[in-house]
Amino acid sequence: MLIEKKITIKNEQGLHARPAAIFVQIANKYESDIAVKKGRQEVNGKSIMGLLTLAAEKGAKLHIKVNGPDAKEAIEELEKIILGEMS
Amino acid sequence: MLKGIPASPGIAIGKAFLFDTRQLVATERDIKQDAVPSEIIRFEEALIKTRSEILAIQKKISREMSAQHGEIFNAHLLVLEDRMLIEEVIEGLKKERKCVEYIFSKVIGKYINVFSKMNDEYLKERTSDIEDVGKRILKNLIGVQEKTLSDLKEQVIVVAYDISPSDTADMHKKNVMGFVTDIGGRTSHTAIMAKSLEIPAVVGLEKATTKIRPGDILIVDGTDGIVIVGPDKVILKKYEAKQQKLVKFEKTLLDFKDTPAVTIDGHKVEVSANIELPDDVGSVISHGAEGIGLYRTEFLYMNRNNSPDEEEQFEAYKKVAVKLAGSPVIIRTLDIGGDKFLSQLKVPHEMNPFMGWRAIRFCLARPEVFKVQLRAILRASVFGNIKIMFPMISGLGELKQAIKVLEEAKEDMRNKSINFNQDIEVGAMIEIPSAALTCDLLAKEVDFFSIGTNDLIQYSLAVDRANEKIAYLYKPTHPAVLRLIKNIIDSGHKENIWVGMCGEMAAEPGFVLILLGLGLDEFSMSPVVIPEVKYVISNVRFEDARKAAEKALSLPTGEEVEAFTNKRLNELIPWLKKTKKSA
Repeated sequence: MLIEKKITIKNEQGLHARPAAIFVQIANKYESDIAVKKGRQEVNGKSIMGLLTLAAEKGAKLHIKVNGPDAKEAIEELEKIILGEMS
Repeated sequence: MLKGIPASPGIAIGKAFLFDTRQLVATERDIKQDAVPSEIIRFEEALIKTRSEILAIQKKISREMSAQHGEIFNAHLLVLEDRMLIEEVIEGLKKERKCVEYIFSKVIGKYINVFSKMNDEYLKERTSDIEDVGKRILKNLIGVQEKTLSDLKEQVIVVAYDISPSDTADMHKKNVMGFVTDIGGRTSHTAIMAKSLEIPAVVGLEKATTKIRPGDILIVDGTDGIVIVGPDKVILKKYEAKQQKLVKFEKTLLDFKDTPAVTIDGHKVEVSANIELPDDVGSVISHGAEGIGLYRTEFLYMNRNNSPDEEEQFEAYKKVAVKLAGSPVIIRTLDIGGDKFLSQLKVPHEMNPFMGWRAIRFCLARPEVFKVQLRAILRASVFGNIKIMFPMISGLGELKQAIKVLEEAKEDMRNKSINFNQDIEVGAMIEIPSAALTCDLLAKEVDFFSIGTNDLIQYSLAVDRANEKIAYLYKPTHPAVLRLIKNIIDSGHKENIWVGMCGEMAAEPGFVLILLGLGLDEFSMSPVVIPEVKYVISNVRFEDARKAAEKALSLPTGEEVEAFTNKRLNELIPWLKKTKKSA
């Protein structure tokens, strides 16, 4: 199953170090492939280095693609982090 | 044979110990298509090994410091397990067909580059995490064991890219016979440390770490700046003979250690020693120093997680003062920054640390750290002849501010009825051109000056003293430097204060002649060179030195000054060169 979602970052600090680390930890729990796109740059959502090189600041639009058996649960949890509920 | 910069005299013959602190060099090696799977396995094994290393360190740190400190390594683990990084390496292996260490260092290098350019300060700092993990993985790929200099099992010659103060602070000193480094100049930390340990050093060899392998037999000639790798029997014999003669020469000079530093025609100066730790005092006394001209206190703060408290500092200063039994001990207040960093004091990484937040600038901004040291010095001052010196003074305002903090510390102690020497002498280190040019103003505020030539030269000539590529420009004899020194000495004398020098320049026989002639009152240096300097001073006439200085000041280039001083020294005391040469 492939689920795609566009999310705007509302967190003041952007998707930086700590939230990114949490994102990666959560992403790694899931079996599905997770990709994060910002503009034309796409990185592996299970990679802290990849995610940080996106340097997504507040207001940046991220395009998340989750593909796999647990895609639905994964995208829900990841969205929460990006929207700042967990960070 | 490798040619470098002679940094500390003498000859050492022994086994090379490669000590890598910076980048490991991954050689570019082509591999065959069918070797790709085995390279991937090597990579995986290196990752597993690195992981268990990091976990072990994390455990140790959490136990010895705190769980919070241990958490730092979570970031390292994240990098280590990073999927993109791993995938990129494997892809690169398949595509480029080069050895895995080469591919890996390229990939990690790319990330380091991206992170170091980030706008966010926090992310920028993560660069060091990535570098750290990258180095560890690379080490495991290439198969070099991680080493510190603290547990050397046998006598070795340390070969490194550079040797930092924190590397040497916990070094197993007895087992180090010599230093050989890729970078550095005559006054870099490696050179100063080697001189204080009385071992030969050659620095600025550029490629020593790639040309020398662990276990190679080396001859280090710190007098001529030569390193010979894997010498044959004939050369080995020749150098062994040379080594014995040098030892004899030093022994001969040692006979002059108790000669008073007085010229033939009765002009008296003082010859004292530079030290880093209280334990160095033994060497100070055995080489005939008349006092301590520079006590570098920052070494008390190194390789630890906290700063030494007032009591610990007091004990250290007291110990030195007592051992010197009334001879002067000049304590320089904390001089961090530049090439000396202390993790516990959280001095941020700077682009240009020698011109950055260091020494007195740091101390004035952190009076709580500064005052602890000042109180410790003041308390110790009743046990001997202690003087205080402020480093990196750039002008009158800064000097007055430092003195004000000292006065506050004194006042505080008076209020608490704690004993200290009320007349403790206070001096300024003159090592910045702006201070050298305004020292007529500074002289009114202090009891003495000490010229720090290592920095004065690098600042006035704009020459990084650790950069081997421009080492040829580092000229203590440059007319600009000589004029500044003359100005400092004359301005000091006009206000009736004495002027010393605590840089390496004060230890070169040729310069000693000129400095003596310029009227320098005190020469402070590594203990090992004291007998030679005393020999020079006691075998010339002040009148001749004065004339030599006058002539040197009239010469247009540093090269001419150098040629002249060497020639003049040889005319005045032919014995020195003759004896040294036969060695």
